[in-house]
Amino acid sequence: MLEIRELYASIGEKEILRGVNLTVKPGEVHAIMGPNGSGKSTLSSVIAGREEYQVTSGDVLWDGKSILELAPEERAHLGLFLGFQYPVEIPGVSVSNFVKTALNAVRAARGEEALDASSMLKKMREALQLLEMDKGFLSRSLNEGFSGGEKKRNEIFQMAMLEPRLAILDETDSGLDIDALRIVAQGVNGLRSAKASFVVITHYQRLLDYIIPDVVHVLLNGRIVKVGDKSLAYALEERGYDWIKKEVE
Amino acid sequence: MNDRLSAQYWLHEKELTAYSSDAVRDRRRRAMELFEAKGFPSQRDEDWKYSSLKPVLSPHYALNSPCAALEDEHLEYADIKRFLVNELDAYRVVFLNGRYTSWLSDTTHQGFDVCTLSSAWKKYPETIERYFAQLTEDLGPLAQLNTALAWDGIYVVVPDNVVVDRPIQLLSFTSGSEPRAIQVRNLVVLGVNSQVEIIERHQSLSDQPTWTNSVDEAYLAEGAQLRWVKLQHDGPLASMTQHTRIQQDRSSRSQVHTISTGGRFIRNNLDIVLNGPGAEARMLGLTLGKGKQLVDHHTLVDHRAPNCISHENYKGIYDEGSKGVFNGRIYVHREAQKTDAYQQNANLVLHKTAEVNAKPQLEIFADDVRCSHGCTVGQLDEDALFYLRARGIREPEARAMLMLAFAEDALAGIDHPSLNAKLHKLIAGKLGVDLTLDL
Repeated sequence: MLEIRELYASIGEKEILRGVNLTVKPGEVHAIMGPNGSGKSTLSSVIAGREEYQVTSGDVLWDGKSILELAPEERAHLGLFLGFQYPVEIPGVSVSNFVKTALNAVRAARGEEALDASSMLKKMREALQLLEMDKGFLSRSLNEGFSGGEKKRNEIFQMAMLEPRLAILDETDSGLDIDALRIVAQGVNGLRSAKASFVVITHYQRLLDYIIPDVVHVLLNGRIVKVGDKSLAYALEERGYDWIKKEVE
Repeated sequence: MNDRLSAQYWLHEKELTAYSSDAVRDRRRRAMELFEAKGFPSQRDEDWKYSSLKPVLSPHYALNSPCAALEDEHLEYADIKRFLVNELDAYRVVFLNGRYTSWLSDTTHQGFDVCTLSSAWKKYPETIERYFAQLTEDLGPLAQLNTALAWDGIYVVVPDNVVVDRPIQLLSFTSGSEPRAIQVRNLVVLGVNSQVEIIERHQSLSDQPTWTNSVDEAYLAEGAQLRWVKLQHDGPLASMTQHTRIQQDRSSRSQVHTISTGGRFIRNNLDIVLNGPGAEARMLGLTLGKGKQLVDHHTLVDHRAPNCISHENYKGIYDEGSKGVFNGRIYVHREAQKTDAYQQNANLVLHKTAEVNAKPQLEIFADDVRCSHGCTVGQLDEDALFYLRARGIREPEARAMLMLAFAEDALAGIDHPSLNAKLHKLIAGKLGVDLTLDL
């Protein structure tokens, strides 16, 4: 469903992605690992349509069609979701109204009717339960004054509400304690299905104990330099990235 | 223009003062003489540095008798319906071209007076003499012009311990085939522990330039409470200059919302004089500028007594071509110990051709006070915008959502759901989105 072909992207003068190839099929979970500055967040931003990045060559295909010309919201309407590494605080917009507006925007774009109030509430309750969250959460201003763990849970809550076909989770595990990590993983696993795919971007193997990947990719200097199964993640945890850097050289 | 206005006064002085005492007539005369001596303010005046009155004064306004109705005037309920907050059960005082239109109004004298100044000249000359133009003597030429020429507006007098049961909707319309300049004068006198709420709107119905020059005087006795929502959502040829002065005794409370979302030129002066200990004032403003609009807010809080609180929050969003001015002055007298004064002015500038000039002015002569102020000018947060869009919210809605969220706290304290809904609708319309967002 997602196919990235020889993708080159830069910000300003700086080239960050240097020929990334990645194919994700329905129902698969892919992990992308790599040291700081390897281009992990750039990759997720480019897929989601952030305008600061220029794609200089290559393509990103969704069901075989290029999405590079689409606005971020149009990509979301297709069923793409990006879980942010740093969710933005938006005072004055409540979690429930934000999620409601987003879900109905996505439904409208697909020609579906807006969800009625009681179905919306029911759906929210289920998602909250999955993430062990209190319903007082809904009336708080979006991410304002949230702890790191609350912000990440809020991302997964939104994902549960929007039911994407492909979710990219950008370092969702960073800054989480072990309990929060377990809850976030539980949220993701609860949404795994034959149709939903995930790309989990992470520094550490830790999260992958809970969300078992089908494929592990190593991103280094803007290229995917190694592909393996989950044992690759353990090897990285044990031995770091230096041996791969040497291997590449 | 100066000469024509001066002639308008001297020609009609007799009508204007027919029911007034000599003292009141002398106040009008003095005001006219002050106006004649000073003329209109120019950009050389520090207070008018950023706002030129030229476009306001250039049309050839029809200046008839301020007191007599014009022949081409007529207004039906259908003409004004959409400008009302219909769901709100309210007293209604409607003016057309500065003259009262009784058939569209709903006034009262039972227990308190909600009526018109034009009837009060004759009916309540003592109250007029006691209060008319007593707060405005030192104000600028525009207020003086109004003092001289004003004939109509609302007259609200509430005795001690009376709570006016319904809000008052004040609607002032301009119409006709010629440019119109009108004076609106509102007098509000609140007795001890009395309460009233006013919702004010000025609206041009014509395709000609209009200019409304308005002055409000409000007296709040001990413990009185005044809430006032000023909705300035007029058409692109309408100009508004306004001076509101509220004087507060001990433990009284005022809350004024100024929502400026339309009109060609708006100049608001809002003065709060805190005369008695423990008085409180809340001043909130929301400005949405676009096109050739200019919105100029000058506020003054005059802390003259101890233990008073003033809280001021003005938000502005300025799009292509528009210009905003915020000048917030807080003056704390030596006697006004334990003053708690807060002023916040935040602005979003959405386009490189938009401009905001903001100037807080704090003059503090007491030593035991808490005064703070903040002023920001910025742009929409691109990270926030991307976040909303990445969730599927289209760019115009995402922008509107962020702007509404930014604006929201300037609407705090408006408790009527129907008024609140109306304001949100107007704001959403101005932001160019059809949205049913409740934030």
